Amino acid sequence: MRSPVGLLDGPPPAAGAEGLASHEARLGRLPVGSEAQGLIPMLEASGLQGRGGAGFPVGRKWRSVAERSGGRAVVLANGAEGELLSMKDRTLMAARPHLVLDGALLAAEAVGAERIALYVGQEHTAASASLRRAITERGGEVMRRAGVVVAPSGYVSGEATAAVRYLNKGVALPTSTPPRPFEQGVGGRPTLVQNVESLALSALVARFGDAWYREAGRRPAAGPALVTVSGPVARPGVHEIALGTTVSELVAAAGGLQAHVQAALIGGYFGAWLPSEQALALSLDPAALRARGVAFGCGVVAFLPAAVCGVAATADIISYMAAASARQCGPCLFGLRAIAEATGRLAGGTPAPEDLVRISRWSAQLPGRGGCRHPDGAAGLMRSALEVFAEEFSLHQRGACQHGAPQRKAA
Amino acid sequence: MADEIRIDRIRCDGHGLCAELLPELIELDDWGYPLLAPGPVPEHLREHARQAVAACPVVALRLERVAAAIQSGRRA
Ligand SMILES: Cc1cc2nc3c(=O)[nH]c(=O)nc-3n(C[C@H](O)[C@H](O)[C@H](O)COP(=O)(O)O)c2cc1C
Ligand code: SF4
Ligand code: SF4
Repeated sequence: MRSPVGLLDGPPPAAGAEGLASHEARLGRLPVGSEAQGLIPMLEASGLQGRGGAGFPVGRKWRSVAERSGGRAVVLANGAEGELLSMKDRTLMAARPHLVLDGALLAAEAVGAERIALYVGQEHTAASASLRRAITERGGEVMRRAGVVVAPSGYVSGEATAAVRYLNKGVALPTSTPPRPFEQGVGGRPTLVQNVESLALSALVARFGDAWYREAGRRPAAGPALVTVSGPVARPGVHEIALGTTVSELVAAAGGLQAHVQAALIGGYFGAWLPSEQALALSLDPAALRARGVAFGCGVVAFLPAAVCGVAATADIISYMAAASARQCGPCLFGLRAIAEATGRLAGGTPAPEDLVRISRWSAQLPGRGGCRHPDGAAGLMRSALEVFAEEFSLHQRGACQHGAPQRKAA
Repeated sequence: MADEIRIDRIRCDGHGLCAELLPELIELDDWGYPLLAPGPVPEHLREHARQAVAACPVVALRLERVAAAIQSGRRA
């Protein structure tokens, strides 16, 4: 299920950062000048979509920045990875810093950017150390243009406008749009905010071509991808797959399930719960998932053991999401908090009358009503929970739980 | 061409004035923040919509021209 060239080919990620010599021996030098010029059409032809969550076409984004840049754009490589269930960006940055850097340098050349900011989540210390070392290894020109910026921890600091605002003002909170970063971002300049995996993939497309990218997926899906698997599997963590691989094949690659599971969370905290049989049959193809109302997101596949209450697991996630609100928008601040409190009451065996009905109404009202898409993600997750754990939720509304006494803490 | 109402959710602080002036298109949620009916502003409500936009104390509302075909399209 692996393509001939992948993001994590070469030395095992656990061995730490790959140095420049090994990187170039394996993949060849970075294409420069005229070769890099054709990269935007090549990316468009590849079908590569962003891996930070929203899945926006990469080539089209580069083009919109290039059209406005006048040579003064900024590239903001997004390695904030605030998603608790995702580890793929920190793993990639720590193990393949030169590939990420290649992508950022190519992007800078293609869109016409002088400065490159590598925005790395505060907790990802191995990743920032590895990128800093890689920049030093490249020497003069790269050291002058590129630098690591440590992103404050928190779920929303990785949102594109929050990242831009952090570089501008030192505050990692989303701003109103328009203007969007590609119009007016860091220092008021057109800014390409691109996830680090998207950049690393762009560096592979530049070397091996758009046809390579398409063939690296399993038709009709295109491309390889990093995913993070968690729950009772033998080898949880980051795995590289060909998009289009099924969840059950991924589970097999992760050593199989070690316990009965009842559901899986696909796409992370912005994603959706699915009953386990449905989840296992899914093909990890962003377009096919979207057609089913599921987002590939940042590639999270998290299994919920049968022994853990789905209401409790959902309450934990939603209370985290509510606490992570940047508290700038009423619907996100009050709506998410109310949903989290009601879900917490249900999970803890102290339901108020109508909690379930209200959760359902509030979640339906949230999408599109925040300055950023934070509430949309949380509301989507909540709606999927109400569907998948429908029976458990109604039991909890009556103060019961099929996992014994209602319990606040999920495993 | 038609107009759609846009709300700057970061600015809006739930004064609720807009819902008073344009109840046909704007309701308030349980905390007093606007819930907007989807789609373009119908012809006969244009003037009311303009008044609501002008009345918002924190300038959180605006009308945006949209081509009929891409109404309500939200970008990621
Ligand atoms: C609340 C929130 C948090 C986000 N966090 C991240 C993040 O940690 N890393 C990331 O790459 N994108 C994150 N995004 C998505 C970014 O806004 C942006 O779409 C992305 O970095 C663009 O890169 P891509 O097109 O390569 O995916 C987040 C979005 C939202 C709404
Ligand atoms: S929607 Fe929530 S997270 Fe996004 S800007 Fe508003 S308050 Fe912040
Ligand atoms: S009048 Fe303005 S601040 Fe008040 S609810 Fe409407 S949009 Fe928000």
